[in-house]
Amino acid sequence: MNLFETIRFALRAITANKLRSSLTVLGILIGVAAVILLVAVGNGSAQAVQKQIESLGTNTLTVTAGGGGGARGAASTTSTALNMTLIPALSDKDEAPHVRSASPVVTGSQSATYEGTDHTIAQFVGTYPGYVAASNFKLAKGSLFTDEDVTDSRKVMVIGKTVAEELFGTVDPLSKQVNVAGKLFTVIGVLADKGGTGFTDPNDVAMAPVSAVQESLTGYGSLNQILIEATAPGDVTEAQNEVTAILNAKLNITGSSTTAYRIQNASQLLETRANTAETFTLLLGAVAGISLLVGGIGITNIMMVTVTERTREIGIRKALGAPKRTILTQFLVEATVLSLIGGLLGVAAAVIGSRFTIVSIQPVIVPSSVFLALGFSVAIGLFFGSYPASRAAGLRPIEALRYE
Amino acid sequence: MHPVLDVQRVKKIYGQGETEVQALRGVSLTVERGDYVAIMGSSGSGKSTLMNILGCLDIPTTGKYLLDGVDVSRLNDRQLALVRNRRIGFVFQAFNLIARTSALANVELPLAYAGVKGAERRRRANLALSMVGLADRAGHEPNQLSGGQQQRVAVARALVTAPALVLADEPTGNLDTQSTNDVLAVFDRLSASGRTIVLITHEPDVAERAKRLIRLVDGHIVQDERLK
Ligand SMILES: Nc1ncnc2c1ncn2[C@@H]1O[C@H](COP(=O)(O)OP(=O)(O)OP(=O)(O)O)[C@@H](O)[C@H]1O
Ligand SMILES: [Mg+2]
Repeated sequence: MNLFETIRFALRAITANKLRSSLTVLGILIGVAAVILLVAVGNGSAQAVQKQIESLGTNTLTVTAGGGGGARGAASTTSTALNMTLIPALSDKDEAPHVRSASPVVTGSQSATYEGTDHTIAQFVGTYPGYVAASNFKLAKGSLFTDEDVTDSRKVMVIGKTVAEELFGTVDPLSKQVNVAGKLFTVIGVLADKGGTGFTDPNDVAMAPVSAVQESLTGYGSLNQILIEATAPGDVTEAQNEVTAILNAKLNITGSSTTAYRIQNASQLLETRANTAETFTLLLGAVAGISLLVGGIGITNIMMVTVTERTREIGIRKALGAPKRTILTQFLVEATVLSLIGGLLGVAAAVIGSRFTIVSIQPVIVPSSVFLALGFSVAIGLFFGSYPASRAAGLRPIEALRYE
Repeated sequence: MHPVLDVQRVKKIYGQGETEVQALRGVSLTVERGDYVAIMGSSGSGKSTLMNILGCLDIPTTGKYLLDGVDVSRLNDRQLALVRNRRIGFVFQAFNLIARTSALANVELPLAYAGVKGAERRRRANLALSMVGLADRAGHEPNQLSGGQQQRVAVARALVTAPALVLADEPTGNLDTQSTNDVLAVFDRLSASGRTIVLITHEPDVAERAKRLIRLVDGHIVQDERLK
């Protein structure tokens, strides 16, 4: 009997035993799809964190006042508080050539009211116009406040998407006056939606000239932070060195390390998040491995359950004059076809499944997981499809016929 | 000229220790070409055991079995497959049809392993089925056939390759008189055309059609008489 006939025999056996065939296919399908999809979810969440880092801006530095201010004797003889007097020095193009802009930041949550509607703005930021670009915000409509607005302490502000929706609903917020903690601020611009998957809503924000905020809300005390924008992502280190030198000089700090202030860049801020995402991926990988194992056991099971029936069948075939090799080829072809169909359907299911967001994560398929899952399941299918067959084919026909 | 079957002091022992069963206790037997042998004996006397050895489906515990002068124990898997496929037509007591496979496909199976091509195979399988009166059941699967019909499919499958040696283990056990006569008529024709037939039966009138009658008791041949 030639190979072509043997393959036809195998296909006939597959279609003749529909339940057994479909269970085998299903077992492989689930194993493959689960692995690919779970790894894709892990990968998707890692990429989301990556995007978040990029959206925060990879060329920004944040200077915050340190907790241990004044505690280190000679190292800090003046106040360690960040204040407005540092800004001109940091913006000096000669002293800090790699700094594009330095924006003071006073921030806090403020309650805002517009025609009876209340909303507590999570971040009410007093700053310079440069802050908007440095923190990766874009303007959706209206205009930004200007340097002139800062000089004149004009009470104007741009508001984030969430604030606009909460306070104004469908009303156009432009030129409307909002009561912020008793002071009236005029809305001159609305910020575009800034994506983010963190726990805090980046769109629950309002920005106003720092002078106006200090004058009417916070007083002329210290700044919460200074946001530095480097000239390019590759210049962040130089910018950090320049900023450190200027701050040390201005704050009279002589030691090599200080707790008076801290400088962090965006990727440092998000390192913890990235670590979390990595752990998550590892966890999902483990779950995927388990589902592969479970899928494998499923395949093994269905193959083993049919062994008795198949052993008898092999006995009959041998009695009718089938050589061992022909029988093996038939069973191997059967197992290959079933494993491949199951595996490819599994890949298809995973590809379709990855189009949907799962627990608010958009899965991104990792190609190597496809090959791994497919290879593993097909190998299991092949092994357990052909191993009992090879054992049975080695028996004498009568032994195989009596097998139970 | 060798005898077709030459069984020399064959013993078959199943199991060991307490559960040991001596199914054959030293059977010697020769069958010449063209002979028609009926084997009778009570249930458990070792008839099927002997038949399985004759069909190269099982091996004796001790003793020798020569088929056409060749010691079967010296044949490898490939040669055994060839012998089973080309020389022997075997009818099982328990039919042993392949499940969920049509009667026609079951009958075609030995031809397929013999390398006969599709159309010719179907033609010969249909012919064999009509010989046992089952032409109209070709498309039925074993579980859609009665016991007697399954038995007749098994007979058709054994005869489809036109083997020189037909070994039939109670081929008429489940058949009514009419079907029994049909099957025996086929056997008579095969015998007339020079084939060798060995058949197991419990029915004296079936045994009467044979040329030679052998009786087995407890794994021994107790009677071997020529009828014609
Ligand atoms: N695989 C086996 N394991 C153990 N004992 C067996 C086995 N096969 C058969 N025997 C025993 O061997 C003896 C002969 O069995 P065999 O099947 O040859 O009987 P038989 O003459 O064909 O009977 P029947 O007319 O009922 O078909 C019986 O006692 C049976 O119990
Ligand atoms: Mg028997």
